[in-house]
Amino acid sequence: MTKKNTKIEKQKPILSVNGLKVHFFTDEGTVKAVEGASFDVLAGRTLGIVGESGCGKSVATRSLLRLVDSPGKIVDGEIIYRGDANKKEINITSLKTSGSDIKSIRGGEISLIFQEPMTSFSPVHTVGNQIIEAIKLHKKLNKDDAKGLTLDWFKRVGMPDPEQRMNQYPWQLSGGQRQRAMIAMALCCDPKIVIADEPTTALDVTTQAQILDLLKELQEENGMSIIFITHDLGVIAEISDDVSVMYLGNIVESASVDEIFHSPKHPYTTGLLNSIPSITNKNRERLPTISGSIPHPHNRPSGCTFRNRCQNPSDDCREGKIEMKLIEVSPGHFVDQCCINCG
Amino acid sequence: MSSESNIEKVDNINSEERVSVASQGQLIWWRFRKHKLAVFSAILLLLLYLTTLFAEFFATSDPLESEAFRGLIQPQPIHFFDEGKLSPHVCAMEGTRDPYTYKKTYKPNCDKKTPVEFFTKGYEYEWLGLIPMDRHLIGVPEGYLAEEHIFLLGTDIQGRDMWSRIWVASRLSLSIGLVGVTLTLIFGISLGGISGFYGGFIDTIIQRIIEIIRAVPTIPLWMALSAAMPFSWSIVQIYFSITLIISLFAWTDLARVVRGRFLSLREEDFVTAAVLSGANERRIIFRHVMPSLYSHIIAAVSLAIPLMIISETALSFLGLGLQAPAISWGTLLQGTQNVQSVALYKWLMIPAFPVVGSILLFNFLGDGLRDAADPYSD
Amino acid sequence: MALYIGKRVLYGFIAIWIISILSFIIIQLPPGDYVSSYIANLAAQGSSLDQAEAENLRIFYGLDKPWHIQYLKWASRIVTGDLGYSFEWEKPVMSVIQGRILTTVLLALFALVFTWLFAIPIGIYSAVHKYSIGDYLATFLGFLGLAIPDFLIALIAMWFGYSIFGWSVGGLFSPEFGTAPWSIAKFLDLMKHLWVPVIILGTAGMAAMIRVVRANLLDELSKPYVVTARAKGISEWKLIMKYPVRMALNPVISMSAYLLPYLISGSVIVSVVLSLPTLGPTLLKSLLSQDSYLAGGIIFLIGIFTILGTLISDLLLLWIDPRIKFEAR
Ligand SMILES: Nc1ncnc2c1ncn2[C@@H]1O[C@H](COP(=O)(O)OP(=O)(O)OP(=O)(O)O)[C@@H](O)[C@H]1O
Ligand SMILES: [Mg+2]
Repeated sequence: MTKKNTKIEKQKPILSVNGLKVHFFTDEGTVKAVEGASFDVLAGRTLGIVGESGCGKSVATRSLLRLVDSPGKIVDGEIIYRGDANKKEINITSLKTSGSDIKSIRGGEISLIFQEPMTSFSPVHTVGNQIIEAIKLHKKLNKDDAKGLTLDWFKRVGMPDPEQRMNQYPWQLSGGQRQRAMIAMALCCDPKIVIADEPTTALDVTTQAQILDLLKELQEENGMSIIFITHDLGVIAEISDDVSVMYLGNIVESASVDEIFHSPKHPYTTGLLNSIPSITNKNRERLPTISGSIPHPHNRPSGCTFRNRCQNPSDDCREGKIEMKLIEVSPGHFVDQCCINCG
Repeated sequence: MSSESNIEKVDNINSEERVSVASQGQLIWWRFRKHKLAVFSAILLLLLYLTTLFAEFFATSDPLESEAFRGLIQPQPIHFFDEGKLSPHVCAMEGTRDPYTYKKTYKPNCDKKTPVEFFTKGYEYEWLGLIPMDRHLIGVPEGYLAEEHIFLLGTDIQGRDMWSRIWVASRLSLSIGLVGVTLTLIFGISLGGISGFYGGFIDTIIQRIIEIIRAVPTIPLWMALSAAMPFSWSIVQIYFSITLIISLFAWTDLARVVRGRFLSLREEDFVTAAVLSGANERRIIFRHVMPSLYSHIIAAVSLAIPLMIISETALSFLGLGLQAPAISWGTLLQGTQNVQSVALYKWLMIPAFPVVGSILLFNFLGDGLRDAADPYSD
Repeated sequence: MALYIGKRVLYGFIAIWIISILSFIIIQLPPGDYVSSYIANLAAQGSSLDQAEAENLRIFYGLDKPWHIQYLKWASRIVTGDLGYSFEWEKPVMSVIQGRILTTVLLALFALVFTWLFAIPIGIYSAVHKYSIGDYLATFLGFLGLAIPDFLIALIAMWFGYSIFGWSVGGLFSPEFGTAPWSIAKFLDLMKHLWVPVIILGTAGMAAMIRVVRANLLDELSKPYVVTARAKGISEWKLIMKYPVRMALNPVISMSAYLLPYLISGSVIVSVVLSLPTLGPTLLKSLLSQDSYLAGGIIFLIGIFTILGTLISDLLLLWIDPRIKFEAR
């Protein structure tokens, strides 16, 4: 593994998310999908975000591009983007959702790779057309040059028969080919950050490994940061440099990948790690599960959201008196203050 | 584990289970109740249908009684107060003949007042064709004749009272929708069901038939079929033939819905389970498939009824549907075929209001029902 | 693709065949045969037909043969463009309706275009601005449009035109062009008169079309590919037009196939109310006087138009949706 385990120099993160809150105002009530999440993305590194289904990973990362669907609103927090050392930092939360600033960030500075490459392409336009469109939005190229660049990218992402694929419709490609096309589309405008939202979930294991390798390779060539969202801790171990663990709309623990795997502090992280199946489990015991169930986002507990699944919460914590807040327990290792002693 | 967290968990489970335990019917009902406009329409329609049972009670004079000398009288509003006192009355209508055009024009003369009474005696009728009665909601006191004194919505060219005619007409116009829809239901459910349940070759045939029927312009065909009805037929025969003709072309939408549901249900586990456990086909259809279809059928029905009403009105308007002495909103509108008369005698258009109103109500209701039955379809 | 087109054309022919049977049934429906209706009609006018002539007519139309032979005879004459003879007009059916075919088709086509021109933008607006005042307004007007039968819309339009502006809206030609042969001037005159019935007829189909556009666009707007496109940084307006609207056009086109018979149907009634020189009033008259070859001929022709319309919309779909092309290869 080519982990960049070199010491984290005190550079400023390329993206800082502080206390982000995203709520969905539905007829049935307010869904607090993200409730005070904070994390940093460092230049050239990969941040893995793990967490149970529905904990707000997608919503939190889509907020970075202001792509939250309509009943949803960013109600609090800031997202600071420092793409260019020479330029001013941009607070993405203060941009207009349809203004030109956010449009130049979308795809140009930060781009997205989706889980479902089938439905993520329009079925009535050719793949080439949809990528050329992205290039023409961010680069001043004429049609032929944009086409040439697309072809280059098809070759770089290892698309077989690139010329032919350009003129095909997404449903004529295989799953892996579609995901390669998706990656080409996300990277063609040289973004500084790529958000990959479960990019390999829909693929079989071999293709999964190929796509992960491809992403790592391209990262080494281009030097972009990756935010990698997944349920799969195995994938996290393989691709991430840093890990943020998300639970019910909050980041509950953040650290380098080694720290997370070797000295997890939060009980939820521990639980996740214990539930990885391993071949050394000779006795065929049942995998340990985390006791309790996730509260519905409508009725989040006050204070620490994990307290009713916690094995030994402190008295203050049990009564919900302690607010959630990340504190640094060792250099670069942050844990929610309630649960430092729980795990 | 703390006791408090246990309680919280139990609460969660309870509320979740309550949702999942609710039957499909209940869920639909809950969703339907949220559509205020649809609920409101349902109530109004119910009332409207109820009033058709008492149409003669609401009428003021015999809807068939014509008298040329009082033709085309304008509507006569009820004045509730007389010199500050509550004393409902109408002003007498006095006709004068234009010496040049010989056209008769009417003017209210409020020096001559006709008192108006409620729940009064009037012309005799048989309630529901059975019980002889003579009570009416509105009328004139004894000694006056309603046919000569009170025309709340004016009279038509033959001097028949529009108010009374509209009430009585509602019976045929509104019921034709119900009868027609019953026939539509039979065609739609059986053909759609066969198509969806058996699939394959039968399905293809029925689908092609539906496609062709939908490609045929219906109104000319209706017109042709209704024109072919012998003149000697009675109102009842014509009425049922008309509903049959309309339903012959109206079942395709319902059949498509039913077929679609059958196709998707075939894939569902509970049907597979029933097949595997050896239930026979009839049983599967009636015990398992039909219940999950009711909501769709109800929605489709409430959208089909207004189509029936429109069709009957259009046919009768053209003179191809129900014929005098049958009274429906469509036959009442026959009087408006000529623009000049519409411009001069605006009240002849009044029968359009119940037509548009009832269709609107049905559409609101159907829309709400469809939404409640299947929130994910359009 | 050829298979797809072939299939569609085949269905078209089957549909035409079924419609020919329906039309034939309509011709046969009135009590008595055509010749006896003819004789009755002549008698009403005070003239008569002698026995031998009547017999000749019967043999000519094959009325002495069983019905399927009659049908075959009728059908084989239709193929050559002979739709029979109208005793009401005392001319061949074809020459009675010739002048009215164009107006009927134009009226329906323009009404369809009118429907598209207004319903598609309104539907797009409604979907993009879901639950806005404009959306509610469009929905409400749509309901109203659905609830008012088109002959009532025609009546109301006439009433307004007559009582406010003193127009008499009816007719499609100025008096000087009424019977004149076709010319550019006559065509322009037609255009001047056509817009009123086009609006009346178009309004009726608009409500349904707005609903279809809105519902489908809402569906498409929530699909992942929209988010993908948005994530590229494309402007919202361009995005909507290029992706979801393009997808929502498919149902619009397949719906138009069903709208066309609906419009032609509607045009019959609207034409009667507005006394337009289309096939509508002729059909009504022929039905009322049991002029059966004329009625059957008109219904057959109207059926053919709509089947052509369906075929065209199928081919349009093939052109705009690449998926059909590849599936049907
Ligand atoms: N459009 C919406 N309306 C209402 N609630 C929503 C909407 N989108 C998301 N949510 C809510 O936000 C919460 C977080 O959703 P999100 O998609 O971010 O989860 P996730 O962590 O990405 O899950 P998964 O791993 O399954 O993708 C969920 O509880 C969901 O119910
Ligand atoms: Mg997600």
